[in-house]
Amino acid sequence: MEIQYVYTKKRAEFGRQCIFSDRPAELLVDIAPNPDALKEFVERDPVDRGVQVVQEMSEHDVNTERFETDSHGLNHAEGGWPKDVNAQEVEQVIRFRKKVEKDEMYISTVQTLGGQMEHCIKQNNAIDIYQDYFSDVEIQASEEPPSAKTINVFKDPYKDRGVAHISWYPDGPTKLAIAYCNTDFQRAPKDTSTESYVWDVINPNSPEMTLKPVSPLVCLEYNPKDAHILVGGCYNGQVAYWDCRKGSQPIETSEVSTGHRDPVWKVIWNQSKTGTECFSVSTDGQVLWWDIRKFAEPIEKLYLDATKKQDASQAQGAYVLEYEPTIPTKFMAGSEQGAIFSCNRKGKTDADKIVAVYPGHIGPVYALQRNPQFPKIFMSVGDWTTRIWSEDIKENAIMWTKYHQSGLTDGCWSTVRPAVFFTSKTDGTLDVWDLLFKQNDPTLTVQVSDEPLQSLRLQEHGRLMACGSQGGVATIVELSEGFYAQNRNERNLVNTIFERETRREKILEARHREMKLKEKKGGGGDDEEEHGEEQGEDLMAKAEQDFFAAIENEKKLRERRKEERENAMREAESAGNEEEQGGEEERQNLERVEEGGEEEADNSPNEEQAAAAAAPAEEKGETEGNEKA
Amino acid sequence: AEVEETFKRILSHKGVIGAIIVSYDGIPIRSSFAENDVTVQYCALIQQLAQKAKSAVRDLDPGNDLTFLRIRSKKNEIMVAPSPDYLLLVVQEPNDQP
Repeated sequence: MEIQYVYTKKRAEFGRQCIFSDRPAELLVDIAPNPDALKEFVERDPVDRGVQVVQEMSEHDVNTERFETDSHGLNHAEGGWPKDVNAQEVEQVIRFRKKVEKDEMYISTVQTLGGQMEHCIKQNNAIDIYQDYFSDVEIQASEEPPSAKTINVFKDPYKDRGVAHISWYPDGPTKLAIAYCNTDFQRAPKDTSTESYVWDVINPNSPEMTLKPVSPLVCLEYNPKDAHILVGGCYNGQVAYWDCRKGSQPIETSEVSTGHRDPVWKVIWNQSKTGTECFSVSTDGQVLWWDIRKFAEPIEKLYLDATKKQDASQAQGAYVLEYEPTIPTKFMAGSEQGAIFSCNRKGKTDADKIVAVYPGHIGPVYALQRNPQFPKIFMSVGDWTTRIWSEDIKENAIMWTKYHQSGLTDGCWSTVRPAVFFTSKTDGTLDVWDLLFKQNDPTLTVQVSDEPLQSLRLQEHGRLMACGSQGGVATIVELSEGFYAQNRNERNLVNTIFERETRREKILEARHREMKLKEKKGGGGDDEEEHGEEQGEDLMAKAEQDFFAAIENEKKLRERRKEERENAMREAESAGNEEEQGGEEERQNLERVEEGGEEEADNSPNEEQAAAAAAPAEEKGETEGNEKA
Repeated sequence: AEVEETFKRILSHKGVIGAIIVSYDGIPIRSSFAENDVTVQYCALIQQLAQKAKSAVRDLDPGNDLTFLRIRSKKNEIMVAPSPDYLLLVVQEPNDQP
């Protein structure tokens, strides 16, 4: 747009001097912005701009000086000879000797010394003064009170991690492999170290070796056959193995896709010809078998499914595995829901693989182990009790401890004495139980740490116990002699205890089954209920009477029957009022009660005998136990 | 002469394997062992040990002094009778008589 201003001037006025005058401002042109013009432009973002700052880098080489080593030997020469005598010259030596022997002092000294010496020699010849007295007398059960002493404490250099698992070196109590992991669900801070260590027992200041897995190790085991190989299960589900001689990095790790989907809580070495098989369990419900030479894929897989259908969705996650090298194809797993699975690896069909499911505990099963000397008996630790089971009795444990104040976290049998087992609790105490000494309470309770104890492991010889706490501190406790000295009669006594309890459970199982059968036979509805009720009451009364009157005979039986009839009449009266039944019902009930009474009378002599046999056996077992203690 | 007699008498006792008379600086004056190396070894080791034992006893109680040193090992017993200038060393095999 052109801005124009027309200016006119007369020709006659050209050249005339300009006279300026002020005048107010005048708007000449007003150009408003035109928004349409904006559309012809495009906003640019980002805008590239060059900047001129560059990081300075430089490259250097370093070469250390060569360190030279040399092997030397040392030659010892005969010394002490005075300067003028050359030790090699025989003549000089003889001359020197002769000179000394002529010395007065020499003669007298030798005589006195000789006298002293002879005295001692004769002493030696008379009696062996260093003889061992009582060496052939057997060491009885130790008289000293049971005790345990802390020997060494190993602290995790990093905070926030607890001791997840401990494994002793198989060739003697010299080394420990400890797995550290923060097992609180997703509560581990991000930069928690993943390292686990192998400690030498003598040096608690720094670990002997570091193991660096991909993710923190939750369990760690030495290969019992090859003491250099360790296998560990990680928090992220992988399994890895190390060779102590080859360094801190795992030799091989399993793939994340084919392994477990939850932390691998337990890994155990299998008894195999090659010594390279192991199997692992995790809370995702799978039990996987691995060959360490080929970690890409597990050899075999099993789901811990209680319905025996190998259904992955029904599988229960497990915390512990149990494996006895002498029974190679069977193993047991303790689940998160509290059930204990007994499985056979070589089962032909899926149903065969899971042989039995024991009811277990109310909460997760934290430890499971067979008694090393009685393989049919195993113990499990969970909720607030420890339970001892016999493999044959599947409905209930044969023995159990009382409910403790604090939860139990781990347990194991003693490797040396079959009656001793250990448990660790969340209040930081280690309990030592001796079934021959006391069955209601632990024989010894040791406060190992202020923080909850998470894991424990007994060394093979039975003397040293390693306990790991939640704060990352592992303590080695030495037990007093009574706990690892073997006792000759112990095996028999313990056997008696277990058999007695097994028999008791069997009797109870049989009774249960009978009761159920009778209930089914009883016909419909109310009659059955009353019948069942009376049966129940009769059984309870009878059980009490059986217990007290095991030695009495037929008279008691008759008295019992009379009582039953009276009870029945009372019951029938009150029941009759409620149920609107007539006198006929009463009589029928009376008849049935009499029949029931007779049946039970038939059964009761058998039960009495069994109870009678059990009671004296119990007494005998107890008195023997008291003698030995 | 008397020295000989004493020495022989000691050697004649039951169970005695050998005897050595050592001077204060570790030189064997008289030894019943045939091989020189054995003698020298015994001298050197035992003389040092006896010296150490003597100083230990004197350090613990300055009025005390070492009268006799016996080292009982699995196979035999080494007995050392010290004196200010010389040392009499006898190796005996113990008789395990009940």
